[in-house]
Amino acid sequence: MITGFAAVFFYLFAVIMIVAAIMVIAARNPVHSVLFLILVFFNASGLFLLGGAEFLAMILLMVYVGAVAVLFLFVVMMLDVDFAELKRGMGRYAPIGGLVGLIVLAELIFVFMSVHFSPAGPDAAVTQPVPAALPRSNTQALGDILYTDYVFYFELAGFILLTAMIGAIVLALHHRSGVKRQSVGEQVKRNPQTAIEVKKVESGKGI
Amino acid sequence: MQINIAHYLTIAAILLTTGILGVFVNRRNVIAILMSIELILLAVNLNFVAFSAALHDLVGQIFALFVLTVAAAESAIGLAILVLFFRNKGSVAAEDANVMKG
Repeated sequence: MITGFAAVFFYLFAVIMIVAAIMVIAARNPVHSVLFLILVFFNASGLFLLGGAEFLAMILLMVYVGAVAVLFLFVVMMLDVDFAELKRGMGRYAPIGGLVGLIVLAELIFVFMSVHFSPAGPDAAVTQPVPAALPRSNTQALGDILYTDYVFYFELAGFILLTAMIGAIVLALHHRSGVKRQSVGEQVKRNPQTAIEVKKVESGKGI
Repeated sequence: MQINIAHYLTIAAILLTTGILGVFVNRRNVIAILMSIELILLAVNLNFVAFSAALHDLVGQIFALFVLTVAAAESAIGLAILVLFFRNKGSVAAEDANVMKG
């Protein structure tokens, strides 16, 4: 699949990604956690590029680094949380977490070792073959099938994003009472009759 | 040096395990749990892309795109709930969410 010089880059991206991922869960400061998460996304995008998924690599950078990670950063910096207090008792669950992690990893490795992944032959059921690189780019090919065969799922994804947007706004919006706001309608409706009141002031008394 | 699908799957497995471990290690900090979930979903995406490249089939990339969409929606909703939770309780500790515990 990947040979020669590109393989070196594969190992480079993979090692940095794994180390950064470990730092994400181990860092004491949550801001550092988020920054390491961004590093993970950058390296994952490099791995995507090596795998031939150029469009997805760029989307990963835009969506994750540009939106999700910045959202995390905003929340971490906006909330005044005592993270040192939250880290208390962190070592208590590390052994059982390590055990579960080890079991999952061992199971996954057993699966990879026992299953032989056949290369794409004439008998493989490929529904959307990757086109040759020269006439069409990865983005064009992806768009061609995304907007035709998978248009229903595309619309569904749009609805999911719409729901998430409305949900996030409804959840996070909060109305404060007692705040003085400008009411443009009221201001425009004013006329001399309603705005000016003439009072008869008796001399020596005041209003 | 030749990289094939097994290398990609191994990297993704390590990333997924790191994410699962992160949920256990940071089980009091909801923000860290959300970040661990992002790692898990990234590992899934890596698997999709690896199989897409190995089988010369674009559907894997299409599906990875949808996983990306759902992950973005999930983190947006999760962080909105987190902000609301912080506003009401004054903390983001997972064990403070115990109103329904009875």
